[in-house]
Amino acid sequence: MIELFHIKRDIPFMRYARSTIYLSVLFIVASIALLATKGLNLGVDFTGGTVMEVSYPKPADVAGIRAHLTKAGYSDVSAQNFGTSRDVLVRLPVKAGVTSAQLSEKVMVALKQHDATVLLKRVEFVGPQVGNELFEDGALALLVVSIGIVLYLALRFEWRFALGAIFATAHDVFIVLGVWSLFQLDFSLTVLAAVLAVLGYSVNDTVVVFDRIRENFKKTRATDVAAIMDNAKTATLSRTIITSGTTQLMVLSMLLLGGEVLYGFALALTIGIVVGTYSSVLVASPIVMWLGVSREDFIKPVVKPESGAMV
Amino acid sequence: MNRYPLWKYIVIGAALLISFIYTLPNFFGEVPAVQVLPVRTTEKVDTALLQKVETALSAAGIVSQGVALDERGVKARFASTDSQLKAKDALQATLGQGYTVALNLLPASPHWLTALGALPMNLGLDLRGGVHFLLQVDMPKALEKAAERYQGDIRTLLRENKVRYTGINREGELVIVKFRDAVQRDAARKAVEENYPDVQLADSEVGEEFVLTGSLKQQAKVKTQEYALQQNLTTLRNRVNELGVAEPVIQQQGIDRVVVQLPGVQDTAKAKEILGRTATLEIRMVDEDRMQDPATVQAATGGQVPFGTELYYERGGQPVLVKKTVVLTGDYITDAQPGFDSQTNEAAVHLNLDGRGARLFKNVTRENVGKRMAILLIEKGKTEVVTAPVIREEIGGGRVQITGMDSPQEASDVALLLRAGALAAPMEIVEERTVGPSLGADNIERGMNSTLIGFAVVAVFMVVYYQLFGVVSVLALAVNLFLLVALLSMMQATLTLPGIAGIALTLGMAIDANVIIAERIREELRLGMSPQAAIAAGYDRAWDTILDSNITTLIAGFALFWLGSGPVRGFAVTLCLGILTSMFSSVIVSRAMVNLTYGRAKRLTKVSI
Repeated sequence: MIELFHIKRDIPFMRYARSTIYLSVLFIVASIALLATKGLNLGVDFTGGTVMEVSYPKPADVAGIRAHLTKAGYSDVSAQNFGTSRDVLVRLPVKAGVTSAQLSEKVMVALKQHDATVLLKRVEFVGPQVGNELFEDGALALLVVSIGIVLYLALRFEWRFALGAIFATAHDVFIVLGVWSLFQLDFSLTVLAAVLAVLGYSVNDTVVVFDRIRENFKKTRATDVAAIMDNAKTATLSRTIITSGTTQLMVLSMLLLGGEVLYGFALALTIGIVVGTYSSVLVASPIVMWLGVSREDFIKPVVKPESGAMV
Repeated sequence: MNRYPLWKYIVIGAALLISFIYTLPNFFGEVPAVQVLPVRTTEKVDTALLQKVETALSAAGIVSQGVALDERGVKARFASTDSQLKAKDALQATLGQGYTVALNLLPASPHWLTALGALPMNLGLDLRGGVHFLLQVDMPKALEKAAERYQGDIRTLLRENKVRYTGINREGELVIVKFRDAVQRDAARKAVEENYPDVQLADSEVGEEFVLTGSLKQQAKVKTQEYALQQNLTTLRNRVNELGVAEPVIQQQGIDRVVVQLPGVQDTAKAKEILGRTATLEIRMVDEDRMQDPATVQAATGGQVPFGTELYYERGGQPVLVKKTVVLTGDYITDAQPGFDSQTNEAAVHLNLDGRGARLFKNVTRENVGKRMAILLIEKGKTEVVTAPVIREEIGGGRVQITGMDSPQEASDVALLLRAGALAAPMEIVEERTVGPSLGADNIERGMNSTLIGFAVVAVFMVVYYQLFGVVSVLALAVNLFLLVALLSMMQATLTLPGIAGIALTLGMAIDANVIIAERIREELRLGMSPQAAIAAGYDRAWDTILDSNITTLIAGFALFWLGSGPVRGFAVTLCLGILTSMFSSVIVSRAMVNLTYGRAKRLTKVSI
């Protein structure tokens, strides 16, 4: 039997609870500050605009392409390499009065003038109105998921657990978004999907720990909440790490082999799984404890049948 | 205690067999094919067409791998893309303009699988290449058009009823009629209310004038919008048919949007042009009286267009003053074919009008012999006088010939546009996603590779770490993959790149259930339980945890599906299904395997975990 994590004594996670929570709050505040100041680099899915992916048989002269397009009248165009040196991504903001249909074709004509060997691989155009809707829908999805999860956990566990889980999850989501803001990575619809998947994963991870805490509450007569939680976390630690490891393996292979289109998606998940694992062990349960959970919350009062009531 | 009753094994076996059968078609790939469809949807697809295709192919000496008939047309399979292309040319030449001959790919799975309804998943546009458009219908324009129609109708009605009005015009969606006195206005109100129940009327007085304002009732507005969308859908279907695309998707989305997906389309410019064109035809009378006076025409070109007329230009650049009243619109056209004028040999378009159109046309031509009639083509807000011929005689029978085109090519373009029908309201592309075929092939390869390699690495780890239990987990994971692919194939879901990512992610997360179970069994063993009891306890206690954690993820998945669009939806579908299949495979199927291995051992002393 191979055991990576055979731990004889419970690890006193809760002793460090204060520091881990401080660290988390620090990260959350930093992320919010980043989001407030730098904001997200919203992709074409949300802002509207046109993205074209073109490829050349030999390494592309990106500066030349940019200069040529600027000369052709597309002043606010951005062109950059995408994945390989032969692929170029051209972005154009929404232009009033010009339909997408015309725009991408005109740009293609301009690109062909510059280098006739250019090949169009992909065009994405999103109208500004649709972009707004996608953004609103995304924000709504985030909200609905959070409410749904809180309700389910409040029903299955207890409201303190629900709050703890949602705080830990919000922590993960904020950190992923904070990274996106810090490096000004392109925030697209697929990245949003990944953020929501992080949310799902993080709650999943937290619930496994919570489940053990609940079980311990029901099993023992001990009243030291911190000790009960430490025991539960130690018992599930090996599962927590192995699961996040195997999921991470899948996601990493997507990150490394999945190509440019999946890159943002996989990166968000990679970060999300790391912070999700951290938060489910070190952030979620201290909150539950501080909210004042106790053993009594899980022991159903035994109702004795009243003898005199029978007819 | 670790034995399943027979029926459980039977259920598991059946599930595995079914999932295997339905997964199978995805491994056979696709063969090149040609699909033949009549251009007009009214024409029947029947065995006669099947025979025509077969004869045409044998006449051209092209060997097909089978010709079949279904509701989507006649499909012929070929061994190579080379003979597929040859067949397309041969068929198009033999069958002529009335049929669309499109290149297609058909599943190569054997016949018995297809007969079972086992079909491969559809590949999304990001995996096979193609175009995706989201079109927004301009509803205010549709309402304006309706108001325009009512304006004409009300004008005719008032004349017929001899109600005197001083003016009738349209402001946006409102029709405004002006009168000198209240008596006339009341008479008009009565007539309109009797004849057009969909119109609501409001009185007002502006200065000396008595005004009646007509607008559509809310109910009628909704109906008009629904009708506009339906008509646009039909029109788009006809236009896409003209493009010759195999298996296009044309669907309503929301109340005012249409999704068009054209898999495999390379020439996106052409597709956009055909879809985006909002050509309508209008036939109106030329205002001959005013055209007589060169000064009026001069003034009109300078911007002072006389009341009741509009100024347009002919191809040659001559200005033409055209009356505002529309005689006929493109709606009355049942057919339009390119051809040549029998006398001058000029390129021409031959139109067929429906019964009502033919009657209207006959009346107008009878009343206006010797006058000119303008044929206007309205495209993207630009109106052009295609031709303005003099009416020589009354034209009955609903056959109209339009000349004035520059070339036979243009005649055929105009005919195509008219035949494909008019849009009830203009549409605008609000979202476009085009993926080239090479990128599609790349995407599918990368997506598959990353999933398989990830799977392999996880499998190796599990087997090394959990030994026999690891093997069981990996087998359960493979079952999960089969179940998931089978479900997606049964639903005929469309596989996209985010969908593949969803599969990969659920596989990563599915192993979680097995990890939870294995860790639990190890724990119980450590606590000194007997192996058999530990296995039972491990599975039982893990179940609650697995259920809770999966349901929360499922909540996220449902919300994604509900609110997501496009790529997010594909991901959500695979995520949700993957969670469901993983609960079955990693709990029930893996337990069955463990039971088969250990369940019968009377004195089990050691478990390989």
